[in-house]
Amino acid sequence: MAASSTALDAAVGLAFETRLARAGAWPLTAARPNLLQLNLGYRCNLNCKHCHLEAGPDRTEEMSPAVLEAALAFAERSGIAQFDLTGGAPELHPRFRWLVEQIRARQGDVIDRCNLAILGEPGQEDLVEFLAAQRVRVAASLPHYNREMTDRVRGAGVFDRLIAGLKKLNAAGYGRPGSGLELTLVHSPAGALLPAQQTSLEQEFRTQLERQHGIVFTQLIVITNIPVGRFLKFLERTGNLQPYMARLEQQFNLATLPNLMCRTLLSIGWDGTVYDCDFNQALALPIANGAPLHIQDARLETLTGRAIRCRNHCYGCTAGQGSSCGGAVAE
Amino acid sequence: MSEYYRAEDLGKFGDMGKAAPALWEKFNAWYGEVFKAGALTEREKSLIALAVAHAVQCPYCIDAYTQDALAKGADVAQMTEAIHVTAAIRGGASLVHGVQMRNRAGSLLPE
Repeated sequence: MAASSTALDAAVGLAFETRLARAGAWPLTAARPNLLQLNLGYRCNLNCKHCHLEAGPDRTEEMSPAVLEAALAFAERSGIAQFDLTGGAPELHPRFRWLVEQIRARQGDVIDRCNLAILGEPGQEDLVEFLAAQRVRVAASLPHYNREMTDRVRGAGVFDRLIAGLKKLNAAGYGRPGSGLELTLVHSPAGALLPAQQTSLEQEFRTQLERQHGIVFTQLIVITNIPVGRFLKFLERTGNLQPYMARLEQQFNLATLPNLMCRTLLSIGWDGTVYDCDFNQALALPIANGAPLHIQDARLETLTGRAIRCRNHCYGCTAGQGSSCGGAVAE
Repeated sequence: MSEYYRAEDLGKFGDMGKAAPALWEKFNAWYGEVFKAGALTEREKSLIALAVAHAVQCPYCIDAYTQDALAKGADVAQMTEAIHVTAAIRGGASLVHGVQMRNRAGSLLPE
């Protein structure tokens, strides 16, 4: 990881921190956190080429029951009611359903970052029914409405499994107007490309998925591929790193800063370490105020107003319309 | 000058505004409007741009609109078909001029 980070640093013209300083925006500080993103572990049923956490079937890291309890306790004492469950495939965690029930019993709101293919895995036959019964918001990653483009990223044959998953979700009411069951599709470009406007792509996805597969969804959000993990290695291997970073730098947009997800989100690693975001987790960059912080010791007062740890990968969230777990952050 | 086309020159396109900023500003504003979704989607406009890029054989445009079309949701099959449209029109344009050849030949030869 260190070698790749060095390559990233060498590929930018101006360090991200320096750019913020020149704009009078350094340090970037956090507001009061209102969303807890829990990374339940790196085990996944897929092995995607762009995964920043390099998750896959062979990974064994998994959030322990003690860390799950500590995260719930922190949220309770901090008044945080929004949870974003990610991984790996978060549903593969043995206590995923228990966790969802705990959060919902406390009137919390849950987003499940679902890779769709999980819905067809053995043992997950009733997962859609469970998610619907718990009113979980599903954020489903779909690289493209086209088979070839999706399989390039996800692996051969995966597209058909994703479509099957979407059909199951639609059948349970997800994505259908009036059902109250939110189905957000998450798109990021298939290669060394910056994403187009979210509204334009949403219309394309809506038209194509409806026409080709009869699939409906609530909204599409667009995420820029952040140069971390497997995607960074891909950029390096294919000679795309320097031009990709040049485009990100060229499109640096100050207007994205107020709404960056790191300002209101806390990312909790599988081992309980607190990070400013999931990408910092991939880079082993725990939050900045003092020694690495475990969620059981976290206090809202010290986390609010902290300086966020930025590195050159942060150009990914500040280019153009910006990027976050919730999609674009600026016009 | 050892070469006519360099990939890095695409990034210097904005330099064209240095000597004639008012014209450049107007061009940019118009260009931006042209590619917004209207009766055609942004993806469709990008595919047209890609096809025209091949007709005018501009390597900068081919680079830019390959990226743009992919980002806007086009796939390689759509992009390839768009270039076949270019090729068909270019080929057809040559062939249809054959009528002119035939007309001229007809005027020169006995019936």
